[in-house]
Amino acid sequence: MAGDLSFEKPLIELEEKIKELQTYTKEKDIDFTDEIARLEEKMNRLAKEIYGNLTAWQRVQIARHPERPTTLDYIQHLFTDFIELHGDRLFSDDAAIVGGIAKFRGIPVTVIGHQKGKDTRDNIARNFGMPHPEGYRKALRLMQQADKFGRPIVTFINTQGAYPGKTAEERGQSEAIARNLREMASFQVPIICIVTGEGGSGGALAIGVGNRVYALEYSYYSVIAPESAAAILWRDASQAERAAESLKINAPDLFDLGVIDQVIPEPMGGAHKNKQQVMEEVGRVIASALNELQSLSGEELVIDRYEKFKRMGQFSSMVEVP
Amino acid sequence: MFKDIFYRKRKYATIPSEKVKKEVPEGLMVKCKQCGTISYTKELEKNLKVCTGCNYHFAMSAQERVQATLDDDHFFEYDTDLKSTNPLKFPEYEEKLAGDMEKTGLQEAVVTGEGTIEGHPVVMGVMDARFRMGSMGSVVGEKITRAIEMAEKKDYPFILFSASGGARMQEGVLSLMQMAKTSAALARFHEKRGLFISILTNPTTGGVSASFASLGDINIAEPGALIGFAGRRVIEQTIRQELPRDFQTAEFLLEHGQLDLVVHRKDMKKTLATILDIHLVRRDH
Repeated sequence: MAGDLSFEKPLIELEEKIKELQTYTKEKDIDFTDEIARLEEKMNRLAKEIYGNLTAWQRVQIARHPERPTTLDYIQHLFTDFIELHGDRLFSDDAAIVGGIAKFRGIPVTVIGHQKGKDTRDNIARNFGMPHPEGYRKALRLMQQADKFGRPIVTFINTQGAYPGKTAEERGQSEAIARNLREMASFQVPIICIVTGEGGSGGALAIGVGNRVYALEYSYYSVIAPESAAAILWRDASQAERAAESLKINAPDLFDLGVIDQVIPEPMGGAHKNKQQVMEEVGRVIASALNELQSLSGEELVIDRYEKFKRMGQFSSMVEVP
Repeated sequence: MFKDIFYRKRKYATIPSEKVKKEVPEGLMVKCKQCGTISYTKELEKNLKVCTGCNYHFAMSAQERVQATLDDDHFFEYDTDLKSTNPLKFPEYEEKLAGDMEKTGLQEAVVTGEGTIEGHPVVMGVMDARFRMGSMGSVVGEKITRAIEMAEKKDYPFILFSASGGARMQEGVLSLMQMAKTSAALARFHEKRGLFISILTNPTTGGVSASFASLGDINIAEPGALIGFAGRRVIEQTIRQELPRDFQTAEFLLEHGQLDLVVHRKDMKKTLATILDIHLVRRDH
C-alpha cells in the first residue's frame, strides 16, 4: 500500500534545490547565502501551508508512512532492559505483535505493540503488522503476566487491521480479539495505550482497552479502512478521500468524540521527520499517565477503565438515567 | 482468460407473468433461497421459519424470536427510549435510520428485556438484521451493556441472539468502541459468575463476532449461519485463492473448535432451558 504523498512534492523539490545551492557554495566557492536563506524561508512558509491544511486522507498517508517509527523504535528509545518474550503457547509466535518486559524510567512494565516491517523482507516476516489470532493470544499471555506481577502495561497500536486470512478465521480471529477486550477490562494494573500510526478497527482495539488512550497527531483510528468504507458505501474504493473525511478518524476528531484522552503533537510533516522529538513527547505522556494512575488501587483501575468506555457513544434518551 | 469472454455463462432471471402475479397475492408464499421449495408463508411461520425441504433457517425478526423463545410471549422490554443520533453528521444516515424504523417497527437493531424460558428468568437481547444489517452503533452497544448490567444486578442469566454485519460504519470509531464497552460489561458479569449464553444466527460477523457474540460461556449457532471476522471477498482478495463453499458456516466453525454446538431452531428453546436448568445450582466456593 504505497502511500500517495504527492502533496509533499513541492516541498521536496525546494529542499533539493537548497541542497544543490549549498553544494555549489562549498565546491565552487560562490556565495549563495542570500538565495539559500530566501528559499529556506519560502520552504518554511510552504511547509506550514501544506501541513497546516492537510485533508483527512493526506493525514492517513502520513500515518502509513514507511519511515514512521515502529513499536520497536519506541521500545528502544524509551525503555531500558527490554527482553522480548515470544509465543502464545498454543500455536506459534506471531511477529506482527511484539512484546516483553522492560523498565520505563526505572519502573518495571510490560510493553506490547503491533510491529510493521522496516523493509520488504521484514514486512513479509511480520505480515505487514497484521496479526493472526496467535498474536493477540501472545499479547493476552503477556498482559496476564503483567497483571500477576503488578506491572503497568504500555501498548503501541499501529496496524491496518487484524489479518483477514483463511487460517486466521479457522483459528478464531474473532474469539481472540473478543477475549482480549474482555480480559483487558479486568486487569488490576494501569494500562496505557498509544495509537502511533494506523488504528485499524478491531485488530487495533484488541490491545487498546486502556485507562488512558492517546493518539499521535497524524495517526488515525477507525472502525473500517477508508478504502473499504468507500467500496461498501459508494461501491467505489477510489472515494476513499471522501470516506476518510466522513468517518472522522484523525487524532483531533478522536479527541472531540471522547475516544482518546490527548493528542500527542508531532513534528511538522510527521513523526519520521524528527524521531527524537516524537520520542520525547511520547515519553513525557507515558510518564505523566503512569504518575496519575499510580495512586489508584487495582479495583479502582478496573472501575476507571469501565467508566471510561461506558461513556463512549452518543444517543438521545427521553429518560435521564441516574 | 479469453475463453471466459466467449463462454461467459448467461444468467437468466425468471420474471413472473402478469397472470401469476395476479393469482398469488404478495407475501402469501415464500421460496427457499437454498433449495427452491415454495411454502405458504403461514406454514413457514408455524415451522419457525425453517424450510421444510432443506432445513434452511430463514431470518427471524426480533419480535418473532422473542415469541419463539420466551414463555407465553411475556417480554418486559428495556430502554425503549434510546434513539440513535448522527454524531459524525454522516451523509444520509438519518434517512436510513428512519427508513429502517418504518420497515421493521423497531427503534434500533437490538431489543433487550426480560422474560422466562420454561420458567427460568433471563435477561435477553435479540438483534434484528433487517435494521441497518443488525449493525452495532452507540445505541446497540449501550442497550446490550445495560442489559448485561441488569442481568448482573438481578443475578439472571444473560442470553443474546446475534444477527449483525458488525460495527456500524456511520457512527465510525464510536461504533468500534462499543465492542470494548460491551466486552467490559461482560467482564464484570463474568467476575460475578453470571451465565452468558451467546447464540450466533445468520449473519454474525465483524465487530459483533469479535466482541460479545464470541464471549459466551456457551456459544451456540443456528445451522448454516454465516459467522466470521472478515468478509469472504476480502479474504479471497487477500490470500488470492478461492475459499471452500462451507467456509465461515456454523458447521465449519464447529469443526474448527470455535463453537460449542449447532442447534436446530426447533430445538433451541429446549436446549436453552436444559442449560439454564443445569446452571440453576451454583455452589459457592
